[in-house]
Amino acid sequence: MFVKFFFLLRRHGVPVTTTEFLSLLEALQAGLANASAEQFYHLARVCLVKDERHYDRFDRAFAIHFKGAEELFALLPRELPADWLESTWIRELSAAEKAEIEALGGWEALMEALNKRLEEQQERHEGGNRWIGTAGTSPFGAQGYNPEGVRIGSDRSGHRSAVKVWDRRDFANLDDGVELGTRNLKLALRRLRRFARRGAPTELALSDTIDATARAGGWLDIKMVPERHNVVKVLLLLDVGGSMDEHVRICEELFSAARSEFKHLEQYYFHNFPYEALWRDNRRRVDGHIGTFELMRTYACDYKLILVGDATMSPYEIEVAGGSVEHWNAEPGRLWLQRLLKAYPKFAWINPVPRARWRQTQSIEITRELLEGRMYPLTLTGLDDAIGALG
Amino acid sequence: MPTEFRGTERYIATEELMAAVRAAIVLSRPLLIKGEPGTGKTLLAIEIARSLSKPLYEWHIKSTTKAQQGLYEYDAVSRLRDSQLGESRVMDIRNYIVKGNLWEAFDCDTQPVLLIDEIDKADIEFPNDLLRELDRMEFHVYETRETIRAKHRPIIVITSNNEKELPDAFLRRCFFHYIRFPDETTMSRIIDVHFPGLKRDLLHEALAVFYRLRDTPGLKKKPTTSELLDWIKLLVAEDIPPEALRSEDARKFIPPLYGALLKNEQDVHLFEQLVFLSRRNVR
Repeated sequence: MFVKFFFLLRRHGVPVTTTEFLSLLEALQAGLANASAEQFYHLARVCLVKDERHYDRFDRAFAIHFKGAEELFALLPRELPADWLESTWIRELSAAEKAEIEALGGWEALMEALNKRLEEQQERHEGGNRWIGTAGTSPFGAQGYNPEGVRIGSDRSGHRSAVKVWDRRDFANLDDGVELGTRNLKLALRRLRRFARRGAPTELALSDTIDATARAGGWLDIKMVPERHNVVKVLLLLDVGGSMDEHVRICEELFSAARSEFKHLEQYYFHNFPYEALWRDNRRRVDGHIGTFELMRTYACDYKLILVGDATMSPYEIEVAGGSVEHWNAEPGRLWLQRLLKAYPKFAWINPVPRARWRQTQSIEITRELLEGRMYPLTLTGLDDAIGALG
Repeated sequence: MPTEFRGTERYIATEELMAAVRAAIVLSRPLLIKGEPGTGKTLLAIEIARSLSKPLYEWHIKSTTKAQQGLYEYDAVSRLRDSQLGESRVMDIRNYIVKGNLWEAFDCDTQPVLLIDEIDKADIEFPNDLLRELDRMEFHVYETRETIRAKHRPIIVITSNNEKELPDAFLRRCFFHYIRFPDETTMSRIIDVHFPGLKRDLLHEALAVFYRLRDTPGLKKKPTTSELLDWIKLLVAEDIPPEALRSEDARKFIPPLYGALLKNEQDVHLFEQLVFLSRRNVR
C-alpha cells in the first residue's frame, strides 16, 4: 500500500526518491507514527516532501490514497507488511461483494480501473480548490467504493468529525509548478563565468610569495593579488507584448535571479523584432527609447548578446521597410538584427516556442537563418547549448 | 531530563513540528527548517538543546562561508611566521589545525545539537560540499591524515530563508519541515509565553488588528511574530485600552503605534492610502 502511495505521489509531481521512501519506512519501523492518521501524515510529509511548494500536491495525493483508511493507522506498529491495507480491505468485504469483485476480473483489475478513474477525476478537478466530487457511477458504487479511494466497511462518522489536515489544503498557494527552476538556470549560467583579477590586492598569492621568499633567502616576503571577480557582461534583449508576455515574465525572473552570476546584466525590450530603437522600461515604451546605434556604442563588443523572443510574426516584419506592426521602420528588421550580430559576435537567441514547432513558422526559419542557427529552445539543454555558443 | 522535545515554556511548538523533530532525532537525520521570517526557525535549535539539556553548537553561515571552514582550517600563515621566529611548536602541524564548528560537535562527549543557520546565504555549491559529512558524520583531515568521526551523531538543525534553492542530493538526506505562520490560537499561546497576564480583551483586539493588517494586499514585508510582540510591548507600555483597537469599520481604521508593525516606508504609505481611500469612498 505504501508502494502505491509512493507512485501516486510521483504521479502528482512530488519528486520523491527511493531513499526518502526507505527513510519513511525506517521511521515507521521505529514506531514514530503509532497513534493516528494525522501523525502518519506529519511523519510522511517530513520524510518525503522537501519543498513547501509541494505540500499541496502531497496533501492531494494523501487524501486520494488514504481516504477512508484513517482508523487503520491506529494498528500500524503491530503489523507492517507492504500490502497490508489492501488485504484488510478485502477482509472487510462481504462474501457477496467478493464474488462481485471476481466477476469484474479480480481485485487487480478493479484496482487498476479504480486508479484510472482516480486520475481522470484528478485532471478534471485540477482547477478547482477541492478535489472531491462523488462520481458514484457503475462498478465502484456497487461495492461501496467511491472514486476518491476505496471506502472500507467500517463506520467513519463517529471517528473524526473535524476536517482532516490534508483536506484543509493550507499550502495550496505555495505550489507554483515552474519547471525550469532558478537553481537549474544558475548552474547552466555558471559556465559563462570568466574570472579576472582587478582592483585592490586582498588575497595572498601563494606561488608568488614562495618565489619571493626563496629569492629573499628565506625571509618571508608576502605578495598579494586582487580577488577574482566575474567579468562576464550580458546584454539581454527581451521581446514583449502579445504572446510573449507569459514567457517574458519567466525569463526576467530567471535572469534577474542569475544577476549575481554576472558582472553586468543590461536589459532592454523590443516588440516582435529589434528595429532602430529599444526601450529599457516596459512602462515607458513610448518615451523611454534608446537608439539601437546608441546601444551598440554604449555597450562594447565584449558584451554577450542574448535575445529572447518567439520570433513568431509575419515575414514582412523582418524583410520589409515599414513592416513593423507598431511603427514606421525606415529600414527592415533583418538589417537591424544583422547589425546587432555584427556588433556582438557572441550571441544567442532563446525561443520559448517548442523546437518541434519551429519549422512550421516561416518567420522563425528566417530568423534562424539570420542567426546562423544559433537559436535555442527555453529548456535546460537548450540553455546549456546557448551558453556553449556564448562561451 | 526529558527525552523528547515538546516545546518549552518559552517556545510553543505545534504538533507537526514536534513530529518532525522527533523523526529527525530518532533516525538521526538533519532537519531542514524553512518558514517566514520571525517564525522561530533559529530559536528551534536553541530550544531543543535547552529542553533536552544538550550542548549547542551554532554555525552561522555568511555569503563567504566555505564548507571547509565548518570542518577545520589550516592556519598556514601563523605556522610560517612561527618558523621565521624559530618556535618549536612549528614541528607539529596539529598546532595549526583550527577546528570548525562541525568538528567541535563531532568531538562532543554527549550528543550535541548543531545549528547550521541560514544555509541559503552561502554559495550555491555549499550544501553539496557537506553531503558526505552529514551523511556519514565523518570527514578526513588531509594535513594530519586523520579521519574524524562523530562520537555521537549530533542532532542537526538547518535553517533556510529560501534565498537560493538547495540541491536535490542535499534535500534527500534531510528531513524537511516548513513552519507555517502561526494561527490565532497558537499566536495567543505564544503571546501568553511572552506577556503572562496580558488582558484577554486587549490580546483579542490586538490579534484581530494584526491579522487584518497581514491580510492587506500588496505589503512588501508582512508583520511577523517579532513585530507583533514589539507592538504589544508598546501597547502595554503606553497603557492603551483595548477600546482604542476596536473600530466600526476595519478598513477605515489606523491602529495606534502601527509603526512597530510596518517597518517599510512604502508599506506604511500603502496602508495609509488604502485607509484614506476607503474613508473617502464611504463619504
